[in-house]
Amino acid sequence: MNILVCISSVPDTTSKINFTDNNSKFDKNGIQFVINPYDEFGLTKAVMLKEQNQATITVLCVGEPTVEPILRKALAIGADKAIRINHDPKDSFSTASEITNYIKSNSFDLIIAGKESSDYNGGAVPCMIADMLNIPFVNACNGLIISGDNLELSREIDGGIENIKVQTPVVIGGQKGLVEESELKIPNMRGIMTARTKPLEVLEASGTSNLTESISYAKPAAKGDCKMIDENSINELVNELHNVAKVI
Amino acid sequence: MSIIVYAESWEGKFRKSTFEAISYAKKISEGLQKDVKSICVGSINEDELKKLGDYGSSSVDVYPNISKSDCKSVAEVINEHSQEANFIIFSNTFNAKSIAPRVSAKLSAGLVSNVISNLEDVNNPTFKRQSFSSKAIETVKLNTKQAVISIAPNSFELVQANTDCTINMNQKNFDSDLTVISKDVNKGKISLSEAEIVVSAGRGLKGPENWEMIESLADILGAATACSKPVSDIGWRPHSEHVGQTGKAVAPNLYIAIGISGAIQHLAGVNSSKIMVAINTDPEAPFFKAADYGIVGDAFEVVPKLTEEIKKLRNN
Repeated sequence: MNILVCISSVPDTTSKINFTDNNSKFDKNGIQFVINPYDEFGLTKAVMLKEQNQATITVLCVGEPTVEPILRKALAIGADKAIRINHDPKDSFSTASEITNYIKSNSFDLIIAGKESSDYNGGAVPCMIADMLNIPFVNACNGLIISGDNLELSREIDGGIENIKVQTPVVIGGQKGLVEESELKIPNMRGIMTARTKPLEVLEASGTSNLTESISYAKPAAKGDCKMIDENSINELVNELHNVAKVI
Repeated sequence: MSIIVYAESWEGKFRKSTFEAISYAKKISEGLQKDVKSICVGSINEDELKKLGDYGSSSVDVYPNISKSDCKSVAEVINEHSQEANFIIFSNTFNAKSIAPRVSAKLSAGLVSNVISNLEDVNNPTFKRQSFSSKAIETVKLNTKQAVISIAPNSFELVQANTDCTINMNQKNFDSDLTVISKDVNKGKISLSEAEIVVSAGRGLKGPENWEMIESLADILGAATACSKPVSDIGWRPHSEHVGQTGKAVAPNLYIAIGISGAIQHLAGVNSSKIMVAINTDPEAPFFKAADYGIVGDAFEVVPKLTEEIKKLRNN
């Protein structure tokens, strides 16, 4: 099985978010970048599939040279080969087009991405790739079993879970459940050493144009003071919620 | 020219978020003097279809032979109807997330998801959207004439419009590219993303056996239940209930956080809530800096009392 795992480089989840250049750019100063958490579930699942069924894992990131550390980390976790497409990913459509171009000149049975990136939260790239390749897409995927040429997948829907059967090739948008948090792999010394000799190829972007453009950023308005209520006057809270805030 | 809305349904009824999307579309349509046209799939009765008019849809194209699980076919029919459309509007549900990007790719039309504010200038549209897991609000403009927009659920008011909605039935069949084997439906539970009240609990509850009091409080409020990341990681509650940066983002009218300290990752997923209440034994818990109301106290004493007080209110 030939697996492509698409990852993106995002600020660590504990990061405080700030902007520069008149609030038009994300301030990367002092930010620790990590593999997007949703992608990491998919990467770990791919490594588990490789351990069970023999598979080749290519890990891909669309980004500038600064994303290479997360590609090396993915190699240390167990991917066989890394690809960086040299492009600043600012728009879902152009990012999906670049990845699609790469997939078309190769052949993958399974393309795994995260359901969204935790920075821009577009949640569109994997679905667009599926459309451009005219293959099935399973979003918010929280379970995957291989059965012959088919995959049995589960996905979260609003109001429950859907269990699905689909033929490869397929694109999935992964999340927790694909593997558990406790199953996530921390690279060991041997992994880190071998990752140094695994290939990391840089491809130039084809230059698809962006359909959208970020103009500016703002932080959500700060909340007013918290009104503290004594634990023995719960009726006061209920009164506030009912008569002042009018939410119950 | 027109404005297209994907009218998503669940078990034969339109979702509240669908009516939010139509209200949002109607507002744009007034600026452009265009009609709002809905598209829906699956089996929905006439009375329900007419409700789309209550919020301003002047017509609906129904495809009873397509299942909403077949997102590829849904995207194909929306694409067929959207060739001349200015705006194609979705509510940002799981279902829409598998359809809107396909429509955007087919039309080469810019996609903006998680939109949280009304359009100020319909002729030169910019959109405010949630970004950085709700830690920032991003303003986006389009480089394309057509826009595919996905609005955040619970962020827009419903506006009554009383339009007569014409129903067009389409009997075409489509092939699905995947097979749904089974569905596990959360029976009788309120969908977390659409809930107006969310009762959420964390490690302060000490164990999964103590969730009964959370569920009683949620029941009396008609609320959905949620939990913090550690609680879903240890397996006390299902992953689908995890709200926060790597779980779900929610925006209810009221969010009650019980025994949740308020880590930055958790707050990111809930800070769009209109009113937040924090109940925690630790007076230094960061949640008290984000909440509107706070109670320093033991959940095991406060929550049952709160449930009782709300019962009294409901009985009056």
